[in-house]
Amino acid sequence: MEMKTKTEAEDGRQDLFITREFDLPLDLLFKAFTDPEIIEQWMGSKVLKLENRKFGSWRFEKKDASGNVVFAASGVIHEFSPDKKITRTFEMDNTPFGVQLEITEFEKQTDDTSRLTIHTIYESCAKRDEVLKLPFSQGINWAHNRLQEIVGKLK
Amino acid sequence: MNLRRDVFQAIADPTRRAILLLVASQSLTAGAIASNFDTARPTVSKHLQILTECELLEQKQSGREIYYNINAKKMKAIADFIEPFRQMWDDRFNKLESIMKAYKKPE
Repeated sequence: MEMKTKTEAEDGRQDLFITREFDLPLDLLFKAFTDPEIIEQWMGSKVLKLENRKFGSWRFEKKDASGNVVFAASGVIHEFSPDKKITRTFEMDNTPFGVQLEITEFEKQTDDTSRLTIHTIYESCAKRDEVLKLPFSQGINWAHNRLQEIVGKLK
Repeated sequence: MNLRRDVFQAIADPTRRAILLLVASQSLTAGAIASNFDTARPTVSKHLQILTECELLEQKQSGREIYYNINAKKMKAIADFIEPFRQMWDDRFNKLESIMKAYKKPE
């Protein structure tokens, strides 16, 4: 099976790269990162705020069936260059992971294909590894696990 | 958890990563491994000790010689470590791609 999405996390470093080639023209790829309704569809989080401009802020939230927030993240946009680059901070509520700097670059490959590179820088090497240890495999993300934890306590 | 962290510290060093690559294809003695590096022999020994303690390397006695070979199981644990994270993004991006393909060609 071909791995379309690649991750590169060198040992002993506090950053990582995620790269992916899309069968999509550049403008559609960029739109998928800037249109709140589209983001909600593929991220699975509610977009409460997304100001696509320099010094704009953003906030995503995910709730369980009973309306409890199981995942929330927010940050500030530092660079917004259409079809090129978005630089923003990212911080998850109520976690010890600190703030991340995310540099997302969009590149045209052909008229119908494009390439995405996300460079994430963590506060420290240890924090990066903690984030990578989050149990992603069981569900889409950490939120599911929080959910299980909460449901587990109710039993 | 702690053991895992040790493993990651172990492979944080470029020389130790090079050692792992060397023994990935064949079992080697400490001397044979050291001959691949400009580093002093005791330094290489220290690296071998750390890798062995983290169970990334296994020692096998053969006559008077001790051979080092890679512990594939432990190495797999390292690869698996980032795999769920990669998988999560792959799932998301697959979804993104299909949503945007539909967007491109509205019915």
